[in-house]
Amino acid sequence: MLLKLFSRNRHTVQKLGFTLITLVAVITVLPIVGTVIFILVKGGSALSLEFLTGFPRDGMRAGGILPAIIGTLYLTFGTALFSVPLGIAAAIYLAEYAKDNRATRAIRLAIINLAGIPSVVYGLFGLGLFVLFLKLGTSILAASLTLSIMTLPVIISTAEEAIRSVPQSFRTVSISLGATRWQTIRRIVLKEALPGILTGVILGLERAAGETAPILFTGAAFFLPRLPNSPFDATMALPYHLFVISTQVPEMPIQIQYGTALVLLIFVLTMNIVATVIRSRARAKRQW
Amino acid sequence: MVLSSIVNRLLHMNKIQIQNLSLQYSDGTESLRNVSMEIRQNAVTVLFGPAGGGKSTLLRCLNRLNDLAEVKTSSGQILIDGVNILDPKIDVVALRRKVGMVFARPVPLPMSIRENVIYGLELAGEKRKSKLDEAVERSLKLAAIWDEVKDRLNDPAIALSGGQQQRVCLARALALQPEIVLLDEPTSGLDPISTGKVEAALQELKKEFTIILVPQSVQQAGRTADAAAFFLQGELIEYAEGKNLFTAPKHKKTEDYIMGRFG
Ligand SMILES: Nc1ncnc2c1ncn2[C@@H]1O[C@H](COP(=O)(O)OP(=O)(O)OP(=O)(O)O)[C@@H](O)[C@H]1O
Ligand SMILES: [Mg+2]
Repeated sequence: MLLKLFSRNRHTVQKLGFTLITLVAVITVLPIVGTVIFILVKGGSALSLEFLTGFPRDGMRAGGILPAIIGTLYLTFGTALFSVPLGIAAAIYLAEYAKDNRATRAIRLAIINLAGIPSVVYGLFGLGLFVLFLKLGTSILAASLTLSIMTLPVIISTAEEAIRSVPQSFRTVSISLGATRWQTIRRIVLKEALPGILTGVILGLERAAGETAPILFTGAAFFLPRLPNSPFDATMALPYHLFVISTQVPEMPIQIQYGTALVLLIFVLTMNIVATVIRSRARAKRQW
Repeated sequence: MVLSSIVNRLLHMNKIQIQNLSLQYSDGTESLRNVSMEIRQNAVTVLFGPAGGGKSTLLRCLNRLNDLAEVKTSSGQILIDGVNILDPKIDVVALRRKVGMVFARPVPLPMSIRENVIYGLELAGEKRKSKLDEAVERSLKLAAIWDEVKDRLNDPAIALSGGQQQRVCLARALALQPEIVLLDEPTSGLDPISTGKVEAALQELKKEFTIILVPQSVQQAGRTADAAAFFLQGELIEYAEGKNLFTAPKHKKTEDYIMGRFG
């Protein structure tokens, strides 16, 4: 009797627990879903072919946002160009070659801390190093380099994690079959770690695509009547454009602001979804 | 160099000579203590004894896989065909092609059965499809697994049963046409039938290869050994012909272990 009561009681507690957890989950998801719906409703009406493929007119109060879209594409691509090879190389070094000593631990600590630096600090650093000292000027190149530095810690730590999670036994077997260390890394380790690495790369680039502060002083232009045609040109970019039309332009039609926000959101969310798909596909296919 | 190894081969029927081998891992464990033994060509030599005796350590010295471990000190020599393979200057890749290894747990690489078998050959630069196909068939047959997998060579190797995986791993090591095959408890995860198949394969293989086996049990040691070496805490206690060692061990410790009286 007592036992029965107790077990029913336990059942109730368990139910309560599940309900609470579900509630917490809903509460965390709600703001995200809310934001997306809100922006979709407010900005959906602005989306049109002209908006996506036209230049801004009337002091940006009308027309399209093509230069900002193209600019963000350039910046994201430029960032990838520097941060992906460098980040993966660093991750391979840390995971496969670095000895576990004080220097390595210091490097790892630095990377973790680098990830926590506010993005505006990166912006100032980029201004000092790339724009002024290396005389790259406010340019796509300088902005991409700045974004790369900001993105690197994310790429390095996720890629290192992905490389480490490849079972040690694969390496041992490969070496025992006459592979060199580098052949083992290239043919087995990287192949298996690739989905994890890609996820990290996309998450890093996604952050780069959405940031304003790092490009503010290094490459973003308030308004450009044409598309940039060299890496040394400044460029418009979606996040900065959004900032500009939301705070710097009086009598700005509200749906252009939300339309721009929507385009940026779609851009970033698409990358996110691609990353998720890659990850879950790889997990389903994984052979270990 | 070539001449000296030919002379050596003529002088010794022994493929491998281990001379005063000692090894200490960096955590201080003395895993091998002054081990000396000679290993015959075309025979199954069994290394057995209780856990931690240094059997796996010795195997990993023979193909220099211990290069990957944190070894503090090692001394002594291992001569294979008269060449000291512990010499830092030797070509370890060539050594590992000559000395194949099969591990306790089957570790199929994350690729198809065929790709697993040709992995080492491709690394060695073999590109001709006919050669690769030939090697696949030859080594899968040697490992007594050809009939079971010949129609599914392009399936992922992980999809096979544990016993099949282990024989594919054996085939993978054999594909490189090694001269010596090291097997570290190759049947430890297998059912009796798969174990029987692997043991039967070994008896065939020794005609072509020099086999060094760490058995899963004393029984397996008795069934398979041409020569047997009993290891205890890093020391070689007794080394003799299999039939002698298991029927009339000379050392008390060996006898106790074989009789299952080991504490
Ligand atoms: N990579 C390593 N680093 C440090 N110590 C090790 C390493 N490998 C083995 N050892 C130690 O060396 C000793 C011998 O180990 P080894 O694996 O050679 O024994 P074994 O005879 O194969 O045992 P088992 O029957 O359990 O496989 C053990 O004390 C073990 O803890
Ligand atoms: Mg062992």
